[in-house]
This record gives sequence, structure tokens and C-alpha cells, in this order.
Amino acid sequence: METFVFYLFSAFMVMSALMVITVHNPVRAAFFLVLTFFSSAAVWLLLEAEFLAVILIIVYVGAVMVLFLFVVMMLDINIAELKRGFVKNLPLAVIVAIAMFTMIYFVVSGEHFSVEHFAPPARHTADYSNISELGQVLYTEYVFAFEIAAVILLVGIVAAISLTLRRRPNTRHQKIEDQVAVKSEDRLRVVKVEPRQRKYEVGK
Amino acid sequence: MLTLSHFLILGGIIFSISLAGVFINRKNIIILLMCVELMLLAVNTNFIAFSYFLGDSAGQVFVFFILTVAAAEAAIGLAILVVLFRNKRTINVEDLDTLKG
Amino acid sequence: MFENYSDSQVYLAIVLAPLIGSIFAGIFNAYISKAVAHTVTIAGVGISFILALFVFEYHAFNDAQIYNETVYTWLVSDGIRFEVGFLVDNLTSMMLVVVSFVSLMVHLYTIGYMQEDPGYKRFFSYISLFTFSMYMLVMSNNFLQLFFGWEAVGLVSYLLIGFYYKKESAIFANMKAFLVNRVGDFGFILGIAGVLMVFNTLDYADVFSAAAAHADQTIELIPGKEWSMMTVICILLFIGAMGKSAQVPLHVWLPDSMEGPTPISALIHAATMVTAGIFMVTRMSPLFELSETALSFILVIGAITALFMGFLGIIQNDIKRVVAYSTLSQLGYMTVALGASAYSAAVFHLMTHAFFKALLFLAAGSVIIGMHHVQDIRQMGGLKKYMPITYWTSLIGTLALIGFPGFSGFYSKDSIIEAVHASSIAGSDFAYYSVLIGVFITALYSLRLFFIVFHGEERMDHHTKEHLKESPWVVWLPLVLLAIPSVIIGGMTISSVLYGDYFNNVVYVQQAHDVLGHLKEDYHGPFSMILHGISSAPFLLMAAGIVVAWFLYMKNPELPAKIKNIFSPIYYVLDSKYGFDAFNEKVIAAGTRGIGNLLSKFGDILIIDGIIVNGSAKSVAWFSGLIRNIQTGYLYHYAFAMILGLIGLLYITVY
Repeated sequence: METFVFYLFSAFMVMSALMVITVHNPVRAAFFLVLTFFSSAAVWLLLEAEFLAVILIIVYVGAVMVLFLFVVMMLDINIAELKRGFVKNLPLAVIVAIAMFTMIYFVVSGEHFSVEHFAPPARHTADYSNISELGQVLYTEYVFAFEIAAVILLVGIVAAISLTLRRRPNTRHQKIEDQVAVKSEDRLRVVKVEPRQRKYEVGK
Repeated sequence: MLTLSHFLILGGIIFSISLAGVFINRKNIIILLMCVELMLLAVNTNFIAFSYFLGDSAGQVFVFFILTVAAAEAAIGLAILVVLFRNKRTINVEDLDTLKG
Repeated sequence: MFENYSDSQVYLAIVLAPLIGSIFAGIFNAYISKAVAHTVTIAGVGISFILALFVFEYHAFNDAQIYNETVYTWLVSDGIRFEVGFLVDNLTSMMLVVVSFVSLMVHLYTIGYMQEDPGYKRFFSYISLFTFSMYMLVMSNNFLQLFFGWEAVGLVSYLLIGFYYKKESAIFANMKAFLVNRVGDFGFILGIAGVLMVFNTLDYADVFSAAAAHADQTIELIPGKEWSMMTVICILLFIGAMGKSAQVPLHVWLPDSMEGPTPISALIHAATMVTAGIFMVTRMSPLFELSETALSFILVIGAITALFMGFLGIIQNDIKRVVAYSTLSQLGYMTVALGASAYSAAVFHLMTHAFFKALLFLAAGSVIIGMHHVQDIRQMGGLKKYMPITYWTSLIGTLALIGFPGFSGFYSKDSIIEAVHASSIAGSDFAYYSVLIGVFITALYSLRLFFIVFHGEERMDHHTKEHLKESPWVVWLPLVLLAIPSVIIGGMTISSVLYGDYFNNVVYVQQAHDVLGHLKEDYHGPFSMILHGISSAPFLLMAAGIVVAWFLYMKNPELPAKIKNIFSPIYYVLDSKYGFDAFNEKVIAAGTRGIGNLLSKFGDILIIDGIIVNGSAKSVAWFSGLIRNIQTGYLYHYAFAMILGLIGLLYITVY
């Protein structure tokens, strides 16, 4: 059963990854990437990494991929132009990929990673919580790294905003510091008006 | 019977595919970014597989941080992309050769 | 010494009082009036003078213990302590009194001499700083602090020679003084390094107590040739003294230092700083006694200086330069005494010389004030009736300088001559005849100066003559105060300083070298020394010098010009100062410049700039020009390179 599930989702994963790199339209590529992530999350579940599988879907599918879609749709891209040279590059790509895979295959399929060395551990029972185990480690041993990760995210936010924020000279926006610092004299001017005597001439 | 090699080979396939993607889509910078995400996914799969087979949750912690950094990286990368497009009106990699010596 | 204060507090007060005055006058230069500047600095020096008198009384008459304490530890490195400390014994206390007294006199004198000068406050700051530095030098109990004081007085000397920093000749003179002193100081610091190497400490007491144990140590400076370590150290230290105390051939800076204001010539370049070398050698007597070679070297150098520098005094026409050459000659006498192991005599002459030479310089300054800053003696003459006080004090100074019996110079100089006569180390015969002839020469040029300036016809122009009058009291008072010790100090102190036990615990003399102990047998008090002196060779030579000077410059003033014409080659040699300056300029300076140019052209421009710096830059540019073709700027090319590298790495891992 597990083997079947693994092969099913692996097949999904490989197929959708292939689609990601071959489709012409970036929007479609993004959607196929989502599919890849979904199937990969399923594979991760097989490896009892429930928390990360969920995070993958929430963060990647929910946030990052949506961001990709936004950007793709915001930018006015000439797809035909970008796809030129596809066929020309294909042979090189295939050669490099096959060479790479051959190497990796030689490394990972050898006797070092066989069952004798890495026997599959026994499955945990149903009340086992992957999240609490991860949390135990994360908040004790890796707490500093965790804090740094938080800072990195913050920097990411600030950097993304400051990069894309654009002030056009003729747009109207609030200057909050001026509004706070304003004094009553700046807004209100008391003018003393001299009363003027209108001269009435009697009998006119 | 699933062994560690199954998962590692899966990771290798995904990595190789994304590598090929870098070469095929060498003009579209958005797809290039997606390929980088795929590479990270392959690596993460490896990490989780090792973590499972070694019974050590440190691998999962690693993946956690990789995801964090990758999210920040994607955000900044896309921001740069937007700025780039705003300035050059293109994301065609072949037009971006200011690094040329 | 004072009941409520520890000794170290008193010594610190002596040292710091002038320093505080100097810093105050220096930092607040722009904010204080002239009166405040001189009041503060004179108060500082005055305090230290009074305290120095107490210290002297305490050590000389009350038989105080030798004070040798560390005040401050600067740093400790590898067991060697670098400290600030005071060693106060009879020698130090005497030097303190001499330095502080002359310094105080010069401070007072400066009020009158520098009245119109825009650098008035700066000047006071400098001379107080000098006083501080000199204290540090003489009170030091270790070589490091000695070196500090040594360099500090050199620095102040440099600053003061170039005091008129807009005058080109002054700038050249101070540069010259600085460079020549560098040569000496290089030897000096090598000597200190030698001391450190042998004794592993810089403390005087430790070094001196261990000196005898290291007497036979040798060193191989050139492979295969061994020298006595003590000789090497002593000669190196003495090279430092040669620079500071202006001995041949490092004397060339002293005549030029007369570019500085006259009070400075009196304080630094006559009375105190230039005698630092004499003081140092006396202080190091336990080391120098171990090396007869070094003593002979000192003796010969001193004799050459004493005789040949005296000759130059005869032909000089600048009033200050005549006195400067006489200073050189007298420093030669002191050095001769050192070489003959008569350290006490050297210090004794140092003291008497400090008084009368300061007096002569200040008197010369007084004449210069009266003459409106004319220094050429050919334009003077007959000043006696215009400047009576200056005249009489100059006469006292001159008589003391030539060693007229009864004056203080007589006791010290005669003792030196006798000591050299009694000495038996190599070169003592040469030295003896040199100093004997030196007596004649000294009398000749001193009286020549005196007669030309104060007697004879009045050669100054009409305008100067109208304003010619005695200097104000702040100028003549120091003259009078200095004239008193110039007369009496020699006779007063010779019995204890030279033949008594004053230097018993300070100066160490080997039995074989003990010339003063030898002379002591014939000594029966100052008056019998006068009686004996009148019939001796030095007196006759001196009298001859006086008579010759009188004959040439008073009786037949035309004669010197004739003599000059007859002996023109000799005159030429003297006028060019034996060619030392020309030699330095043409050989040493030009040679150094030549080597510098050579190194600059080949070493710097060709090898370093051309090959190493620009060459490597050019090769990098060439190489990068070659490989810049790889840098296409396209992202996928870089990615491709990365992936190729990755595959390569994997390949290595797999196989």
C-alpha cells in the first residue's frame, strides 16, 4: 500500500515538475508547481513529516505560489518572445540533466543507502505528535537559529517593501509626521479687524 | 518495501528536472525562480528522508529553516523582479547582460 | 627631608613644578598675558630651585642616604621593568642646583631679552619644558628614563634653535642639530640595548652591581673577531655623549645652534644640555672603568675637541660663535677628564663652567641688546663706558674661563690638566699637551673677544651709538648673580668635591686609574693651589695668551690682518672649520642622497613600483583581459558553470 502511494505521488511529482519546465505560459507553470508541491507533501507524509507537509502547502502553495501568480499577472510579458530558443536548448538541457541524474544515481543507489544500512524504522503509533517533537527541538536546541529565522523573515518583508515601494512625485499621500507636529498657529490665524465707522449723513 | 534509496532517487529526479528547466527556460526569469524552488524541494525531500530513516528530527528542523529562508528569498527575488521590470520593461535574461566584463 | 612629606613627594615636586608651568604657559598661550606667562613659569622653576637647594643641603651636609626608588612602573615585559624612578645622590643634587639656578637666571634674563618678541610666551613654555626634561635626565635611576630625558632635551633644543621659525638659517640649524644628534642617539640607544642584552635590566643599581661580573664578556660583531662587550657598550654610549656634548666629529651642530635666542645658548648650549654627555659618562663610571680602550677613545676625542675647536674661536667674528667655540673647547676638557678617569674633575668643571659660560653668554646677549641685535664684533668696540655692569661681569666670566688663579675656572681646569698629566692610559700624553696648548688658545681668543668688544676704538655706526646704554635690571641682575659663583664656587668646593669624599658613593674609579687620589697627596687647600698654580706651566701659557691678545688687538690692531695674509692657508683651513661641514655636505649628505636616489630609482621605482606593484597590477589586468571573455553577463552561463562544477564535484565523490 505504501509503495503504491509512494509511486503514485512520485509519478505525479515528476510529471508535474516536467510540465513546470516545459509549458509556455508562466501561469500554467505556477499551477503545475503547485501540483508538484501537493504531491511532494503527500510523499513527506509517508515519511512522517506531517508538520512540514502541512507547512509546505500553507506557506508555499498558499503564499509563495500566489505571489508568483501575482507577479506573473502584474507584469506584461511577451511569452512568445521568452519561449524562443526552446528547441535549441533542449538537447543540452537533456544531456546535463541525464549526466546529473546518473551521478546522483550512482551515489544514492549504491550499497551505502540500502536496507542493510538504513532499515526503515517502525511506524509511530497514532497518538504520536510530529509537531510537538519538532517544537521540543526547535525551542530548545535551535532557539537562536529560530530567532535568526524570524529576523530573516522580517528583513525579507522590509526589503521587499522598500524595493517595490515607489513614490511618484505627483501622487497625493499623507505626511503623518507633519500632521502630528502641526500647531494651532499653522491652521488658524486670528486677524484683528478694525471696526469701520460708516459715515451717515443726516438727511440723506 | 520502501528504502531510503527510493526517496533519494526521487529527489535526484526532481533536481535533475529543475536543472534541465534552468537550461530550457533560460530567458524567462520567473520560470528560473520556479526551478530554484523545485531544487529546494528536492533537497528538502532528501533531508526529510534522512531524518526519517535516521530517527533524528534535526533534519526536519533543517527543512523548516530552509523553507523560511526560501520564502524570504522568493519574496525578495520577486520584488527585485518587479523593480527590474519597472526599470527595464523586460524580464528577458538575454537583455540583462550588465555583468558582462 | 621635610617632616610632613616623603622624599619622593619632594623630588616629584621638583620635577613637576616646571612641567606644570610649561604646560600652563603652552596651552593657554593665547589666553594669558606676558606677565602671567613669565610669572607662572618662573614660579615653577623658582619652586624647584628652592627645593633643589634643600635637597643639596640634605645630601651634601647632612649625609643623607642615597635615594633610589621607583615612582611609577610603566610596563613589565618579559621580566624587564620599564620604570620612572629617581636616583638622588650627591651628583644628582649638585646637578639639580646647577640646572635650576642657571635656568632660573635665564628665566629672569629672558624677561628683558625677549621683551619685544612675539613668541615671548612660547619661549617661556619651552625653557620650562627644558628644565623639566633636564631634571628627568639627571634624576633618572634607569637607562630608559635617561633616554627619555636625553631625547626630551634634544627635542626642546631643536624647538629653540628653530625658535625664529621664519628665519631660514635657523631652520637649517635646528635640522642640523637634530640630524647630528640622531647619529649620536643611534649609538646611545644601541649602547642601551647592549646593556639590556648583557644585564637584562635597565636599572642603574642592578647594572652597576653586576658590571664587574660581566667584565670579561665578549661579543662577535663581525664573525671571527671578538670584542670586549664592555668596550662596545661604553663606546656606543659615548657616541651618544659625543652627539649631545658636541665632541669631534659630531660637534658641527653646536656653532650653528647659535641661531637660537641668546638665553637658550646660555642655558641649553652652554650650561646644561651639552653637559648631559659628561654627566652620563660620570654616572656610568662603573661601566667605563671596566674598559680601558673606551677610556682612551674618550681621552683622544676630548683632547682633539679641546684643542682644535679652540683654534676656531680665534678667527670667528660673531660674538656668540666665539663663545660657542669656547664651549666646545671646554667640553673637550671635561671629556679629557672623563677619559683620564677623573670623573669628579669633569663634573667639577661642568659645574664651574655652567656658571661662567652662562654668564658669558648672557653678557654677550646683553651686548647684543645694547647693539640692537648686531652680533659682529667688528662693529663693536669701546663698550666699556656704555655698559659698565656688563663689562665687569664679562671680565669675571672671561677670567674664570681662561683659568685665572683664584677664579673658579682655575681650580677645575688646573685639576683636569694635572689629572691628565698623572694619567697613564694610552693617549694621555697627547691629551696632556693638547690641553696645555688649549690654555694658551683659550686665553687668546677670550681676551681677543673681550678687547675687541669692550676696548679699542668705537666702530659702531652713529645711530647705534646714540642709543647705546646699559641693559635693564632684569638683564644685568642675572649677570651679577652668576658672576658671584663664577668667582667663588671653585675655591669653596674644590676641597670636598675633588679631593674630599663628596663623590665617594657615586663615582667608581679603579685603583689603577685613580689619578685624583694621586693628586690628593700634593693638595694642601685652595690657597696653596693658587700659589702653586702661579709658577706652573698652565699659568705661564695663559699669561702668554693674554699678552699676545693684548699685543695683537690693543697695541697693534693692524697686525692680525697681516698675520692673516701671511698664513692664509692656515686661515683658510680654520675659516672652513677643518672642512667638517663641507665633508658632511659633500660626502655624507651627498652620498646619502646618492644612495637614496639609487634606491629610489632601482629599488623603489623599478623593482617595487615597476615590477612588484605596477607589474602585478598590469599582469592582473592582462590576465583579466584574457578571461573577461568568459564573463558574458548572461545568467544562464553562470548557472551552467555552477552546474558543471557541481557535476565535477559529484564525479570526484563517486569515483
